[in-house]
Amino acid sequence: MSLLRRIFSLGKRSSVDREIEEEIRAHVAMRTEGNLAAGMSAEQAARDARLRFGNPTVVRERVESADLALGIESIWRDVRHAVLGYFKSPAFALVAIATLALGIGANTAIFQLLDAVRLRSLPIQNPKELAELKIIGGNKGFGVQNSQYAQLTLPVWQQIRQTHEPFSGVFAWKADEQLVGPMADYHRIKTLAVSGEFFSVLGVTPLQGRLIQTEDEASACTEPRAVVSYQYWQSQMGGVALTPATSVLVDGQLAQIVGVTPPQFSGLVVGDNFDIAFPLCTPPQVRAEVFDYSVMGRLKPGWNQERATAYFSSLSAGIFAATAPAGYSTEGLKTFLNYKLGVYPASGGVSGLREAYDSSLWLLLAITGLVLLIACANLANLMLARASTRQREMALRTALGASRSRLVRQMLIESGILALAGAALGVALAQIFSRILIWSLSTQDSSVHLSLTTDWRVLLFAAAIAALTCAVFGTVPALRASRSNAVGAMKAGDGRVAGGHERFSVQRLMVVTQISVSMVLLVGALLFVHSFRNLMTINPGMRESGITLVRIGFPQSHIDRANFATYKEQLLAELRNIPGVESAAATTMVPLLGSSWTHNVRVGAIQDWSHFAWVSPGYFQTMSIPIVAGRDVQPGDTSTSPRVAIVNQAFVRKFAGGVNPIGQTLRTLEEPGYPSTVYEIVGVIPDTKYNDIRGDVYYTSKGSPPMAFAPFSQFPAVAGPWMQAIVASSIPPDTLGENIKRAMHQQHPEMIVVCGNFEKMIRDGLLRERLMAILSGFFGALAALLVMVGLYGLISYLTLTRRNEIGIRIALGATRRQVVGLVMRDAALMLFAGVFLGTVLSLFAGRGASTMLFGLKPYDLATLGFAVGLLALISALASFLPARRASRLDPMAALRCE
Amino acid sequence: VAKNDLQGTLDLLILKSLAQLDSMHGYGIVLHIERVSDEVLHVEEGSLYPALHRMEQSGWVRSEWAFTETNRRAKFYALTAAGRKQLAVTEKNFEQIVKGVQAILRFA
Repeated sequence: MSLLRRIFSLGKRSSVDREIEEEIRAHVAMRTEGNLAAGMSAEQAARDARLRFGNPTVVRERVESADLALGIESIWRDVRHAVLGYFKSPAFALVAIATLALGIGANTAIFQLLDAVRLRSLPIQNPKELAELKIIGGNKGFGVQNSQYAQLTLPVWQQIRQTHEPFSGVFAWKADEQLVGPMADYHRIKTLAVSGEFFSVLGVTPLQGRLIQTEDEASACTEPRAVVSYQYWQSQMGGVALTPATSVLVDGQLAQIVGVTPPQFSGLVVGDNFDIAFPLCTPPQVRAEVFDYSVMGRLKPGWNQERATAYFSSLSAGIFAATAPAGYSTEGLKTFLNYKLGVYPASGGVSGLREAYDSSLWLLLAITGLVLLIACANLANLMLARASTRQREMALRTALGASRSRLVRQMLIESGILALAGAALGVALAQIFSRILIWSLSTQDSSVHLSLTTDWRVLLFAAAIAALTCAVFGTVPALRASRSNAVGAMKAGDGRVAGGHERFSVQRLMVVTQISVSMVLLVGALLFVHSFRNLMTINPGMRESGITLVRIGFPQSHIDRANFATYKEQLLAELRNIPGVESAAATTMVPLLGSSWTHNVRVGAIQDWSHFAWVSPGYFQTMSIPIVAGRDVQPGDTSTSPRVAIVNQAFVRKFAGGVNPIGQTLRTLEEPGYPSTVYEIVGVIPDTKYNDIRGDVYYTSKGSPPMAFAPFSQFPAVAGPWMQAIVASSIPPDTLGENIKRAMHQQHPEMIVVCGNFEKMIRDGLLRERLMAILSGFFGALAALLVMVGLYGLISYLTLTRRNEIGIRIALGATRRQVVGLVMRDAALMLFAGVFLGTVLSLFAGRGASTMLFGLKPYDLATLGFAVGLLALISALASFLPARRASRLDPMAALRCE
Repeated sequence: VAKNDLQGTLDLLILKSLAQLDSMHGYGIVLHIERVSDEVLHVEEGSLYPALHRMEQSGWVRSEWAFTETNRRAKFYALTAAGRKQLAVTEKNFEQIVKGVQAILRFA
């Protein structure tokens, strides 16, 4: 087959060319011989043969295009031609490919992350059937919620386990952290507590041994039989086959390991692997006000979300009436009894990352999309400039019979090669980018595990971007080239058509687009950076630096529960004696790190909620919070002395009408474990931030939330063998933490001591803002750089085409300044148009990001002004160099050139 | 009415010539057409080659390099089975055109 032969002759293109030529030559020679035989003179014979044959070059071009109708060979030839061309102008190719790779790489990286967090389904059978049962609108602050994924109480689960018509199977689970190994040498692991149906409903099959079954729940609290994740089995247990003796010491309790889950299953929390899964333990005394489980099920065929929600909301009244916790007033229980259950899709599992970063990731994707847009516009300009210098070549080939479609195809192949190279490099870059992203999402004490396999969707996404890019910047120059006027192009001496106003308007339009889009990116970057700086420099009303959090646990010490309070005081005293410790105090609630503790409070006739904490003497001093009226907590405040409280000014405003509250009493309302108690207000502190440094975002209308602080010794509920202490020191917290751990372990080897750097933990809480600031800043800078390159390229090109005109102007006496002005006016015009458009776009875009900004309006005038100034500077820089070059033109040389 | 145009005429002439000649080079085909048509038909010689190469790509003819009677190296073309089929189709089409044209000419 000739096709096969052609494929074999790929790369031997020139031999095929020679073949055509030889064939033509043979024909002409034979005709000449024939003519000679017919009696013509040698000269006549040759002339006649040529005339009869027609133009051999045209014929060759036509034969070639007929030959190459099937394409493979000519595509190969075009590819080789293009690659050779790029090797001849490596700067162009490098800039183009790098620009494209950065654009595609950034897009793919963000998309990969978005996909892993947001779009991907759990690796289980028929994930679409999986649905979660939740209280519609959340539990509204009732009772205790243990984790962000915990939605329902254990008694509610027991009810649902009995009746669940819409589901073929249901299960309950919760994620937790537990300590593994002996106390002196423990490490924290991530655990799951799951009901017996968990694995069978999900359709997860064991890699080894068996998974947890319903029978395992019976012995769950005393002799748990657990399964480990593949990752844990591999990394911590050496991947050794399980035996009946395989066990792990968890929280001081020996658990038998009966199975291993398959590698692809990492639990239901996206970005968070589990290590060991335990059967759900139902304690003898269930706390019915604790929301600590998530309940999910598989919808039966024929049931959808709406029908299932209707079913469960009709059952809700009965379920919640049967599971109401004791110890609440009728008033307080109302919220609980009015809950309605709803069914929500859970095919993607649950994810805190998703909630925290969803909008950020989409926004970042939009930003990277814009960067790609700028990159493409830049490339299109580069290609246009390149194409116009090759116009003569194109025109010549058109005149010689190359079809327009062939030329268009060649241009498309050229840009396609760039796009392909850019995409390949981009996918590689994306791997690096997304690893850096995940790494930067992990904090001191929580690492993020996302499997970022480049799946077909990501590849398709990158390929689509590449194809689109190719189409955008490939077709435009190609169409132009094929439409170009052959005669005009050949007449122009140096291969460039002069003038042609319409031609440059596309390029100008692209530069204007680039400027306006990069203005949007710059404004966004400035806003996020500014917002992050606001957060970093905000004064929360308390000391952040040099504060070490020390969590001490002594569950293994043989201390009588009745003596816990005095033991804790003794521990505090020990802490204060450690060298470097300036002051130390205990508290039930660490501020600024997200926890919240609220009680309902009545002062006189006013009843409302207030935050609450119990703190030891020295707490306010340690945290550098001044007492503005009354007194601090004192060592004299004991469990037997009158109950006292210190409140903040927001509390005073809310409950005491703003007048001096000292001497007034506040009463907490009854809750399980917390009997109603009367406290006398003895002191006032200024307003501080409560649990979030961004606090103002949530309390803008109300200012700081009301807070009350009572003495640690007067904590009304039963305290456990744990204490949270706060230590102030001039020694860096990380060093001090190690010193404290060592000192405490020396005294009490059985004790658990966990230290944390307060300031660092607050900063870790600002991860989203930091990420946005860094990334948007990076992309803003990238955009600005691209604009600079693009503008420089275009202005250089424009001055080159106007060389003749500029030469005449100089010859006629134009000064250098006039020439520079002439060129830069051009750039200024584009800048104005771009900035105007950019301002309008920025104002629109700013609105979308307003919820992510702190202490800033999206239409911040200073920011807009700064962005405009920056772009003006960039444009001036980019256009000054070509302008100066133009002004130094030798008029004679320029004119002679034409 | 598939391809009832005159553009296929050159193809038809080439295919038919090759059917009559078994294997021939481009120049020989030109001579054959001129001779058989009593010098009525003159092909623009260069235009033969794009047509030949197109037909080769379509699989109607195959080619090989061989020596002519005058011991000159030339590319010889021959019909393939697909080419014979195509010839039949083209011939039929042409006959229809001729019939149509004649009908119009005879219309009085």
